[in-house]
Amino acid sequence: MSNEEKKGITRRDLIKGTAATAGLAAASLFVPPRFAIGAQAKVKVGFLLPYTGTYAKLGTFCRDALKLRLAEAGNKLGGREIEFIDVDSEANPAKAPELTNRLIKRDKVDFLIGPVHSGVGMVMVKMARGDQGPITVVTNAGADQLTGSLCAPNIFRTSFSSYQMGYPGGPVMLEDGHKRVALVYWNYGFGKEVAAGFKESFLAGGGTLVKEIATPFPEVDFQAYLTELAALKPDAIYTFYAGGGAAKFVKDFAAAGLKDSIKLYGAGFITEGVLEAQGAAAEGVRTVLHYADTLDIPENHKFRAAFKKATGQEADVYAVQGYDAGELILRGMDAVKGDTGARAEMIRAMEKAEIASPRGKLRFSPSHNPIHDIYLREVVKGENRVIRVAAKDQSDPAEGCSM
Amino acid sequence: MEISFYLVQLLNGIQYGFLLFLVASGLTLLFGIMGIINLAHGSFYMIGAYLSYWLSGMTGSLWLGILLGLPLALILGYAVERFAISFLYRRDHLYQVLLTFALILVFNELQRILWGNNVHGVAIPAALAGSIPLTENQVYPVYRLFISAACIVIAAAMYWVIQKTRLGMMIRAGSSNREMVQALGIDVNRLFAIVFSLGVALAAFAGMLAAPVDSVYPGMGENILIISFVVVVIGGTGSIKGAFVGAMLIGLVSTFGKVLLPEMASMAVYAMMAVILLWRPQGLFGRAV
Repeated sequence: MSNEEKKGITRRDLIKGTAATAGLAAASLFVPPRFAIGAQAKVKVGFLLPYTGTYAKLGTFCRDALKLRLAEAGNKLGGREIEFIDVDSEANPAKAPELTNRLIKRDKVDFLIGPVHSGVGMVMVKMARGDQGPITVVTNAGADQLTGSLCAPNIFRTSFSSYQMGYPGGPVMLEDGHKRVALVYWNYGFGKEVAAGFKESFLAGGGTLVKEIATPFPEVDFQAYLTELAALKPDAIYTFYAGGGAAKFVKDFAAAGLKDSIKLYGAGFITEGVLEAQGAAAEGVRTVLHYADTLDIPENHKFRAAFKKATGQEADVYAVQGYDAGELILRGMDAVKGDTGARAEMIRAMEKAEIASPRGKLRFSPSHNPIHDIYLREVVKGENRVIRVAAKDQSDPAEGCSM
Repeated sequence: MEISFYLVQLLNGIQYGFLLFLVASGLTLLFGIMGIINLAHGSFYMIGAYLSYWLSGMTGSLWLGILLGLPLALILGYAVERFAISFLYRRDHLYQVLLTFALILVFNELQRILWGNNVHGVAIPAALAGSIPLTENQVYPVYRLFISAACIVIAAAMYWVIQKTRLGMMIRAGSSNREMVQALGIDVNRLFAIVFSLGVALAAFAGMLAAPVDSVYPGMGENILIISFVVVVIGGTGSIKGAFVGAMLIGLVSTFGKVLLPEMASMAVYAMMAVILLWRPQGLFGRAV
């Protein structure tokens, strides 16, 4: 047998050689795109956003604004063509595992963008985090955990955490001279986190919480609570409601005759997107948010005009969050010249990104949560006008985050 | 808290109770007279709210919305009775539950197709938009007083129809002995169609009245359906008097529960139902089984 082996090329060697050649050929397919000859693979950007249901408009605006940013950059990411894969999350946490899996495993997206609903966000981030997961940018869901205990190198957020919504409210109300305050909010995950953030800063600043009322979600019959608030006579009220609940609360608050005696404050959502339905009842309501349509900076004017031209609609805070997500992945891909394999380098570039956003200056914390200014706004003539900066460079404690 | 606070909450509770009565009376009427378990009853409440949003939006007046919407609700009720419910009178209750559950899905989908997924507000008519001062720091919205007043009128009219008219006599007779009524030569099919349409109109009217204070949103029918069934079970199935007392009890317990025991508020009414059923399994005014 040993004799035979020394003789020229054996059958086994032939097989080995063939396999090696085939292996080399196959391996060449996996050479990073920047070294590839001829046509490059497209970069896959997957959206997991709601296009039907209550949040349909939020999802559409987020996607359209992100596409607008990439179109402004010539529809290329690091010099590579882009393929968009669009999945309707329906804002349904029950469907989130299947849909996220489809984007990650079947479509093998390089970037995962979304969602709006925090429940979907929890599923999405849990599945995407890790060495093999796509670079993920959360564009709305506010759950603290997404960049807290679930934080990971490949998870970024361009929206806000619940904490950032609630915490700036305390100092604002104390500064406005309201010491005895009642706290009223929808009793579910996001509402509870916003309320906790508010209490932390308000109590530490020396404020007194007259009463904390957590109303069942998604019930909108507030009459019994408003009667109670009228009897308690606080200086002011801090609230969290959104959508239909926000429209209803502000209207009922005025109908119950409380508007003139008790000042109403809240997280920005109480007057976002519902001002028309609220009408005169919203005049004078003060809210805190990281954006205002009327923000008077060049970046905002430019963005609003471009969005209007591209979609025919007025941009809002959700569009801004999508637009900034587009900018963030551009920065990452430009830094590695389109080589998605240079993952660590790309993440470092995204971490260091300082973005001149329509909302003002935007940076990222070590947990990849945004650091941005929070504005105090007041409804004047049906518009959220900026009164002052409520919190400069508001960050997030990112509780439980280790990476 | 001073006494006026409790008086205003009493008013809030009674107003909620009246609204519940309007929905639950239709539910209990259908069960008592026709032996029909109608899970789609909440959908008719939702349809009423959407009709009022749609029609009052087009005409610019809630009154016109209600005026135009009520006949539509009656026609819808008649059509549903003719083309769906009427096939099930002789069947087991399980068939009725299945069919009316299917109707919920159909109506929800239709609502989505016609009016989309957004939450809508309905404007309160200018004449009722204000509020009246009750005490030093409590005022009460006029529109909520109007809801209570409208419900009292409807309840009185129902009492009159059932106790004093020929139709009411047939309804009462039909509820206690269907075969006898049939034997006396009364067209039971027609009687049932009328009763069903009226039940639908009652639920739709409640939805129309509630639209300005409760907003109009997808799935609002299911919320009211569950609590209406609790009303019917507490009051005793088939009893209008029971529906009234049950609705008032729930209105008051849930309103005071919200402010006095907020942690328990969402289960307070179910706890009350459990206690009442332990004491009287057939409900407060139900016939012993």
